[in-house]
Amino acid sequence: MEKMSRVTTALGGSTLTGRTMHCHLDAPANAISVCRDAAQVVVAGRSIFKIYSIEEEQFVEKLNLRVGRKPSLNLSCADVVWHQMDENLLATAATNGVVVTWNLGRPSRNKQDQLFTEHKRTVNKVCFHPTEAHVLLSGSQDGFMKCFDLRRKDSVSTFSGQSESVRDVQFSIRDYFTFASTFENGNVQLWDIRRPDRCERMFTAHNGPVFCCDWHPEDRGWLATGGRDKMVKVWDMTTHRAKEMHCVQTIASVARVKWRPECRHHLATCSMMVDHNIYVWDVRRPFVPAAMFEEHRDVTTGIAWRHPHDPSFLLSGSKDSSLCQHLFRDASQPVERANPEGLCYGLFGDLAFAAKESLVAAESGRKPYPGDRRHPMFFKRKLDPAEPFAGLASSALSVFEMEPGGGGMGWFVDTAERYALTGRPLAELCDHNAKVARELGRNQVAQTWTMLRIIYCSPGLVPSANLNHSVGKGSSCGLPLMNSFNLKDMAPGLGSETRLDRGKGDARSDTALLDSSATLITNEDNEETEGSDVPTDYLLGDAEGEEDELYLLDPEHAHPEEPEYVLPQEAFPLRHEIVDTPPGPEHLQDKADSPHVSGSEADATSLAPMDSSFSLLSVSHALYDSRLPPDFFSVLVRDMLRFYAEQGDVQMAVSVLIVLGERVRKDIDEQTQEHWYTSYIDLLQRFRLWNVSNEVVKLSTSRAISCLNQASTTLHVNCSHCKRPMSSRGWVCDRCHRCASMCAVCHHVVKGLFVWCQGCSHGGHLQHIMKWLEGSSHCPAGCGHLCEYS
Amino acid sequence: MAEGENEVRWDGLCSRDSTTRETALENIRQIILRKTEYLRSVKETPCHPSDGLSNTVSLDGLNKLLAHLLMLSKRCPFKDVREKSEFILKSIQELGIRIPRPLGHGPSRFIPEKEILQVGNEDAQMHALFADSFAALGRLDNITLVMVFHPQYLESFLKTQHYLLQMDGPLPLHYRHYIGIMAAARHQCSYLVNLHVNDFLHVGGDPKWLNGLENAPQKLQNLGELNKVLAHRPWLITKEHIEGLLKAEEHSWSLAELVHAVVLLTHYHSLASFTFGCGISPEIHCDGGHTFRPPSVSNYCICDITNGNHSVDEMQVNSAGNVSVSDSFFEVEALMEKMRQLQECRDEEEASQEEMASRFEIEKRESMFVFSSDDEEVTPARDVSRHFEDTSYGYKDFSRHGMHVPTFRVQDYCWEDHGYSLVNRLYPDVGQLIDEKFHIAYNLTYNTMAMHKDVDTSMLRRAIWNYIHCMFGIRYDDYDYGEINQLLDRSFKVYIKTVVCTPEKVTKRMYDSFWRQFKHSEKVHVNLLLIEARMQAELLYALRAITRYMT
Repeated sequence: MEKMSRVTTALGGSTLTGRTMHCHLDAPANAISVCRDAAQVVVAGRSIFKIYSIEEEQFVEKLNLRVGRKPSLNLSCADVVWHQMDENLLATAATNGVVVTWNLGRPSRNKQDQLFTEHKRTVNKVCFHPTEAHVLLSGSQDGFMKCFDLRRKDSVSTFSGQSESVRDVQFSIRDYFTFASTFENGNVQLWDIRRPDRCERMFTAHNGPVFCCDWHPEDRGWLATGGRDKMVKVWDMTTHRAKEMHCVQTIASVARVKWRPECRHHLATCSMMVDHNIYVWDVRRPFVPAAMFEEHRDVTTGIAWRHPHDPSFLLSGSKDSSLCQHLFRDASQPVERANPEGLCYGLFGDLAFAAKESLVAAESGRKPYPGDRRHPMFFKRKLDPAEPFAGLASSALSVFEMEPGGGGMGWFVDTAERYALTGRPLAELCDHNAKVARELGRNQVAQTWTMLRIIYCSPGLVPSANLNHSVGKGSSCGLPLMNSFNLKDMAPGLGSETRLDRGKGDARSDTALLDSSATLITNEDNEETEGSDVPTDYLLGDAEGEEDELYLLDPEHAHPEEPEYVLPQEAFPLRHEIVDTPPGPEHLQDKADSPHVSGSEADATSLAPMDSSFSLLSVSHALYDSRLPPDFFSVLVRDMLRFYAEQGDVQMAVSVLIVLGERVRKDIDEQTQEHWYTSYIDLLQRFRLWNVSNEVVKLSTSRAISCLNQASTTLHVNCSHCKRPMSSRGWVCDRCHRCASMCAVCHHVVKGLFVWCQGCSHGGHLQHIMKWLEGSSHCPAGCGHLCEYS
Repeated sequence: MAEGENEVRWDGLCSRDSTTRETALENIRQIILRKTEYLRSVKETPCHPSDGLSNTVSLDGLNKLLAHLLMLSKRCPFKDVREKSEFILKSIQELGIRIPRPLGHGPSRFIPEKEILQVGNEDAQMHALFADSFAALGRLDNITLVMVFHPQYLESFLKTQHYLLQMDGPLPLHYRHYIGIMAAARHQCSYLVNLHVNDFLHVGGDPKWLNGLENAPQKLQNLGELNKVLAHRPWLITKEHIEGLLKAEEHSWSLAELVHAVVLLTHYHSLASFTFGCGISPEIHCDGGHTFRPPSVSNYCICDITNGNHSVDEMQVNSAGNVSVSDSFFEVEALMEKMRQLQECRDEEEASQEEMASRFEIEKRESMFVFSSDDEEVTPARDVSRHFEDTSYGYKDFSRHGMHVPTFRVQDYCWEDHGYSLVNRLYPDVGQLIDEKFHIAYNLTYNTMAMHKDVDTSMLRRAIWNYIHCMFGIRYDDYDYGEINQLLDRSFKVYIKTVVCTPEKVTKRMYDSFWRQFKHSEKVHVNLLLIEARMQAELLYALRAITRYMT
C-alpha cells in the first residue's frame, strides 16, 4: 500500500494522479459522493457530514457541514449526492424523512439551502438529474418517490410504487425522462418523470429487497441491480420485456453497485453485511472477481468512481470510519491465486480433466490408479488478447477412459427390477433372488441368498431339493440339516485360515472355494490336509458309504444340466448325531484338523472370472437347529451386510435387510440402516427406477426413510371449465359446480386414474378406455377422433 | 408383564392415512385393555406389600394413557380418532375404571371457550393447518387453537417453529427442546416448560438434565447467561458475551449453533409472552389440564371461575360490562377520532427537531412508570425454577440505564438489511422464515376496529410496534413518538408492558381492562404484534453483538 504509483490518464487535458490511501473519519460513513471535478468528495453519515479534497498524498478536510450547537436529525444522513452539473449543489437524505439541499456558495457558515419534509419515513436515496440543474428525485421507506424542483418549495410530483419501501432511485443517463426505482419486495420499476400516475414497466428482479441499481454509463439499455439475495443482475431494458443479461453471485447481500467507467463489462460492488471487501466484477466472468480491495475493516457503505472517465480510481467510505482511495493497480486479483481446473464426463463414461500444466506436472509422480488407462495429452493454449484472464500459461488435459464393459451398471438395473423383496415366504424370496443373481452372473451374491435361506428358514420348510445339488440325495436320511454360511474375507489372512472342524466320527464336509487370488493358499491348505486331496474333484467328503452316490450325483446334477452353475456347493449329509457341536464359528475355524479341504485350481479360476479383487469362501456346515438358532448367525449376517455395503453393493445390503426384516434389523444400528437406505434410494432414482425406489421406501422400517414418500404428495388440479384451481375436492369444481373429469365411457366421475387422449382430450377410467379402444378406434365421446392407446 | 409390549406408540395417529390411524388406535385400545385387566387382577388378589409400588406405577401409567386419550378425543383434527378415543374412554369407564375429564374450559383462561374455534368446525384451510401441526407434533396445542384466529399468521408461525425444532439445523434435537425449556423457564412459563419436557424426553434427551441447568452439559450452562440477559435486558448484550460462548475451548459454540440457539431463545421468550398474554391453559394431557375427580356442583375449580366460562360468572361479567358499555363505546370512538386527527394534522403541525428527540426520551421514561400497581413478588413454582438460575434477575427499565447504554438506532442496524442477512448466512432458510413471519405480523389487518369496518389501522399497529421497541431502547428516526401517547391509553400500555417485560404477572383483569369493546380476535392480534416486536427487538440486540464480534 505504501508503494507509490502514479497514474496518468488522458482525460481531455486534465490528469488524475494519486495513490492508494485512506484517512480516518470521526464517525461511520453511510454514503459518499464525488464532485464533478474529481478533486473533492463528500462523506455523510449519522453523525458526520464533511467535504474532503483529494490531494496527491492524502485527504484533506475542507469543510464540515454539520454545524449548530445541537445537531438535529436532519443532519443524520442516509444518503448524499453531489450534483454533476453544479459543483456548489448537494442533497442529502435524512433518516427522519427530510430531504435537504446544500449550497456551498452561501457565504454563511451554515450552507443549508432548502428543507423538504414531505416524506413520512426515512428517505433512502436522493438523486439529481444528470443534465437538468434543478431536478431532484428522492425515494423513501414510505413507498413514495418524489420529484422536487429546487426553484419551488415543495415537490412537483409524487410517484407511488404501490409496493413496499423504495430502496434506490436512479435517473437514466441517456433517456432524459426515465428513471428506475427498486423496492424492498424485489421489484424494479421504470418511470417516466412526466407521468406520475403509473409506472412504465415493472418486473421482479430479485428475491427479497433490491438495495441498489445503476444505469450503464454508455449502454443505454443496461441496468445493474443488486439485492439481498446476494446477486447482481444486469438487465437489458431496451427490449419489450426486461431481459436478464448477466448474473453475478456474490457471497453477501449487495449494498451498492457502480459501473466502472470506460470498461464496458466491469462493475464494482460492496456488501451490506459480513463481507467488508469491494469487488470489481467482469460480468461475463461471474465466478471470480476481477479485482478486490481489502482495505476496510468493517462493511463498506459507499463507493464511487472518482472520475466518470477514469477507470483506475475508486473511492469508498465505510462503517469502520475511514475513507479510502483505491488504485486499481494495487487491487488484489483473486484469479492469480486460483487454480483453474475443469472436469467433465463424456457420453460413454470417459472422464476429462484439465488443469494448469504446472500442477499436473507436480502430480505426475503419482501412480495412476490401476485399471484406468490414461492418455495424457498436453497442449498449449492459444493466448487470446481479448480475454480478461489471459496469461494463464498452459494447461494439461488428461482423459481417463472407461474400461470397456467394466463400468456397466446393467446388472444393477436388472437386479433392482427383478428382485422380490416381499410378499412371499422368506425361502421363496431367497431362492428367487438367488436365481436372479445367478442369471446375471453374480455368483457370490446368489450364493449369499442361498445361504441366507438356509440359515433363516426352519428345516421343515426347506425342500431338500432346493438346498443344493450335491445334497440332493444325501438329505434323504432325514435328520441332517444344512447350514451354510458365507464368510467373506475382509482380510486376506482370514481366507487362508480355512480350518475346518470335525467332530469325532461325524460326517461333515467343508468346501473351501477360493478364487484365483487365493489359489496358492488353497494349495497350502490342501497340503495340510492329510492325504485326502482329491484334486480333480469338486468336493471332498468324509465319505462314509454314500460317497459314491455323491460322487455320482454331483457331476450329473451340477454340470451337464446346468453348465452355468459355477459354484459347486458341496455338502455331506450327516450320518451320526453330533454330540459336541461347536458353539460358534470362531471355534469352528480354530480347529484345524480337517482333512477335507479341497480347492480345485482350475475350477476356482473359472468360477469367479469377474471378481478379481476378493475371494470367496464358502463353508457348508451341517448343524442341528435345536443347537443353533438363526440368531446365532446374526453377527455373521451383519458382517456380511457391512461387507457388501463397503464394497459399494448397497443394493445387496438393503435387499437382504428388507427380506430378512426383523431377523437382522436389531443387530444393525439405525443410522447405518438409514444410510444404506438413502444411498440405495438415491442410486435407484438416478437410474429412474421410480417404482422400485418407492417400493423400497415403503418397505423400509426406518421412520426417516418411510416418510420420504409422504412429502409433497399433493397434486393440484384446475377445473377444465373455469380454469380455476379446485381446492377442496379433485373432481368437483366449487365455482362452476361441475364435475371436472367425467369418464367418456361410463359417464361417471373419475376419482382414480384418469387417462385421456392427447388429440381430442377426451378420456376416462383407465380400464374403460382400454376396453373401449380394444373394440373401436374412435373416441368413446363420439367426437370422431381416432384415438390411440399405447 | 413386559414393558416393551405395552409401550404405546402414538405416532401412528399422526398419519394422514386413516387405516394406519385405525390400526394404531386399535393397538392402543388393546394395550389399555391389557393394562386394565392387569390392574383388576392385582386388585383381586391379596396385595403383597412389594406389589404395592408397582401397582401404583402401573396405575400411573394407565392414567397417563387415559389423559392422552382424553386429549385426543377433544383435540385431534381427525374425526375418526376423536370418536374412537372417546369410545375407548367410555368402554374403559364401563369397566369400572375412573376416567379423566378436562379441567377448566377451553384453551384460554381469558377467552370464553365459545369464542374459540372448536376442533371439527374448522374450514379447509384451517383443517390443513391443524393436520400439519398434528402430524408434526402429535398434538394440537392450545397456542395453536388460540392463534387460529389469524390463520395466515398461524401458518407462518407453525412453519417456522417446525423448522426450528425438527428440520435440518446445527443443533441436535434434544438441545433444541432443552433451550426452549431454558427460555420458557426464564419467564416461569410452566405451560411451555411442560410441553417441551415431554418433547425433550421423547427425542431421547437425558432426564437428568431436567433436574436443573447444573446437570446439563457445560455448553448449555454457558448459554444461561445469554438467556438471562436476552430475556430481561437485551440492550446489555455485548460482543464479550458472544466471545465467551464461542471461545470456551471444548465447550464452545459454533457461530451457526449460536445463531440457532439465539433464534430459539428469542422465539420462546416471546412465546412465553403470548402464553401469559392470552392466558393459555395447561394442555389437557399435561398436569393440571385434567382431573380424575368426578364433577360435583360444589367443587368448581378456581380457574373455572376466573375463566368467565361459568354461567354465573358470565352474568357478573355482563353486569360489570353493562356499566361501562357506554364508556368503552366512547373509547373506540375517541381512538378513531385521534387517528383521524393525527392523519390530518401531520402536515400542519411541525414539531421541532429537539421536540421530536425529546418525545422519544419522554416516552422511554414514561414507560418506566407504566407498571401496574400490584407489584407483589410472584415466587416461581418450584418445578419450573430449577431450570434457571438467578431468579432475582428481571426486567429493569431501559430508561434507568439510559445514561450508559446508547439508544439503538434502527437506521443503523435493522432486521431487513442486516439481521436477515446474518441469520440466513449462518442458519440458512431461517432468515427467510422469520422475515415472512415478521412481515405477516406487522402487516396483518382486516381493516376493522371493534364494530367499525374499513379502518386503516396501520398507524395504530405502528404505534404498538414502536412502543415495544421503545421500551427496549430501539429508536426509529422517522417516527414521532408523540403519536404513541395519543393512541395508546394507560391501561393498554400497562398490558403491553406487562406482557412484553414481565409476562408472568399478566392477570385476567389486565386483559379485560384494555380495549373493552374490542373483539377477542383483535386482542389476540395485539398479542401477535407484541410477541413479534419483542422477538425482533431481542434478535436485533443479539445479532448486532454477533456482528460486532465478527468484525
